[in-house]
Amino acid sequence: MSGFGFRLSPSSAINMDKVDRSRFEELCSIEPDALRCMSCGSCSATCPAAGFSGMSIRKVLLNLQRGKEEEAFRLMSNCMLCGKCTMVCPRGINTRRIVLTISRIYKKEDKR
Amino acid sequence: MREIYLSGFNTFVLPFMFGMVFVLAWCLIGAVRIIFQLTPADRKKFFMSFLNPKIMLKNIRDWFCDCLFHVKLWKRNKLLGYMHSSIAFGWFMLIVIGHIEVFLYTPQRVHHIWYPIFFRYFVAVTDSTMKGSFFFFMMDFFLLVVLSGIILAIIKRARSRIFGMRRTTRASLTDLIGLYALWSIFPLRLLAEGFTADISGGSFLTKSLNLVLHSFLSDQMNMLPTWWAYSIALCIFMCILPFSRYMHIPAEILLIPMRNAGIPVRHARKGIARLQVYSCPSCGVCIDACPMGVVKANSKDATVYLNRQIKRSNERRIEEISDKCLLCGKCTAVCPVGVEGDRIRIAQRSIRPYNLTPDYSNIDENSAVLSVNNFVSTENNDVSHTDNERVLYFAGCMTALTPRIRKSMESVLKKAGVNYEMMDKDGGICCGRPMLMAGRKDPAKEMIRKNTNIIKSSGATTLLLSCPICLKVFKEEYELEGIEVIHHTEYMDRLMSQGRLHVERSDVRYAYHDPCELGRGCGIYEQPRRVIAAAGQLAEGVKSGKESICCGGSLGSLSLRFEQRKLMTENALNNLTADNPDAIVTACPLCKTTFGRYADRPVIDIVEVIDSQTSN
Repeated sequence: MSGFGFRLSPSSAINMDKVDRSRFEELCSIEPDALRCMSCGSCSATCPAAGFSGMSIRKVLLNLQRGKEEEAFRLMSNCMLCGKCTMVCPRGINTRRIVLTISRIYKKEDKR
Repeated sequence: MREIYLSGFNTFVLPFMFGMVFVLAWCLIGAVRIIFQLTPADRKKFFMSFLNPKIMLKNIRDWFCDCLFHVKLWKRNKLLGYMHSSIAFGWFMLIVIGHIEVFLYTPQRVHHIWYPIFFRYFVAVTDSTMKGSFFFFMMDFFLLVVLSGIILAIIKRARSRIFGMRRTTRASLTDLIGLYALWSIFPLRLLAEGFTADISGGSFLTKSLNLVLHSFLSDQMNMLPTWWAYSIALCIFMCILPFSRYMHIPAEILLIPMRNAGIPVRHARKGIARLQVYSCPSCGVCIDACPMGVVKANSKDATVYLNRQIKRSNERRIEEISDKCLLCGKCTAVCPVGVEGDRIRIAQRSIRPYNLTPDYSNIDENSAVLSVNNFVSTENNDVSHTDNERVLYFAGCMTALTPRIRKSMESVLKKAGVNYEMMDKDGGICCGRPMLMAGRKDPAKEMIRKNTNIIKSSGATTLLLSCPICLKVFKEEYELEGIEVIHHTEYMDRLMSQGRLHVERSDVRYAYHDPCELGRGCGIYEQPRRVIAAAGQLAEGVKSGKESICCGGSLGSLSLRFEQRKLMTENALNNLTADNPDAIVTACPLCKTTFGRYADRPVIDIVEVIDSQTSN
């Protein structure tokens, strides 16, 4: 049902069958807390980088989960590691460590 | 003194000579390597420091106070101090007096390295050396001093609490071999000299032992095996020295001038970092100091074990230990040899490979510049203005989570009639310290560059900070010539001493918590206490000042989870509330948030106290 040839914007549908989730699974095995995020948005509200790149660890995790890695990297590029998201997280997720782990295991070249 | 043997040599000196040559060669090569691992600028700075009489005097003082007398351990615990200094200083004096004896009595043997060590074997006492009884007495006296230290060391293995240490280091295999060799050297020396005391002379210790020995061992030939044993014990100790904690003895001699020359840790494993690792005597003082130690399993992550793992190149453990640390700096503050546990850990973090690097090029600091150069001049005529003072107030990321600190600070500034401007009204760029703590220098440098631009073009004369985390990085990493960097505790202290703030004193008892970065990080202990004392009664925690306990919320730790921090916070709170104060006062927004979670009484920032009690 995607498109009848009359679209103004490109489809935002994601075909999860085509998404390579191996990196995300690797991330979750190192940081099981990545799956505990309930997207409450506390981190988005406090992030000082949000004003510059729209950064929010919540969005980064969602994007990585959906295979939109380029978008996640763009958001993350302004992260200053200040740790406010960690302090406000109601689930007690160590978001700073997740940012560092993502920076370690993901690679920019991974374009799909 | 008369020489007994023409050759001045016996085969038993060979083990000693082997050990001596080995250890000297090892240390010499090591020292040269470490000096060459420094950056050229640091190396030049190091060599130039020897020409500076002030630094040289400090070197000499530190060599005596730290290496021989262990003054810092004396301050911690008298018995611990005596144990270490008796062995170090006693042994040093034995060597020095031994050499003096050779110089005086057998000057022809000065070039024989082994001669002072085995002097008593080679000589016979004569009538003409009655004066020598002074040296004999000194030798016996210092031997007794060393032996008393060794007895204490043996007691300490079993009951460390007498020495003020709750937990001690688990010794590694090489440490144990070195330890037993060290323990056996001096009793063997006593025995050997006791056997020869009737020929070579001796004093109260060796002479009396000689009489005892001769009552049941009349054969003179018994003395040779004991001299052999003494020499072999020395050999084992010197051969194991480079691989055990006893490497701290030679390493500290080099570390002291490097520390005094102000050489910073620049590389994770090279240069001064390596030297500090080898200077660690594994005394274990850092184990009790570590705030993570409330959870017993964490005591394996103290600096002493980090140093051991770096020596072993155990990368997995190095990463684990260095990521866990809160970077509160307490181990550095209590370390008797000056190993900078926090800086070494940051250096370990800095060699991690990352595929993604932050890029702040899209952040336009120039738009921020426009908004920060219209300083608010308050119309408070009651207070005198300091001319041309323009204060730029950088609240910082953490203060954004505790808006009351920022509000109170602004209110205090207005009351004092300060000409000020906010730097991060709508959220600014982070100071860079959290990034530096994670070991990522380049992105931090980029933030520092952008912030420097904003501050410099604002035309401010003073940069006021509420967050000690920011304060430390602004003081250490930023180049802000002509702009004073000041924390709000210092600034309020100044305003109060200038009479620009009129604080009403109340009877509330405030326990002051020294934030790690403010106290140990920047050395600010007095000003906040003066400010609190003006507003109420100052109460202290059991441990305060340099030994204050980290709140547990520190950004320094990369891997500690939220739940793991709880025990540390509660431990720090118990320390502060021991005296049952009415409120806990701190000067760091991060400490305030962390304590606020678990405290049973109000946790407030120092500026809130002053704001609520200021009349003007």
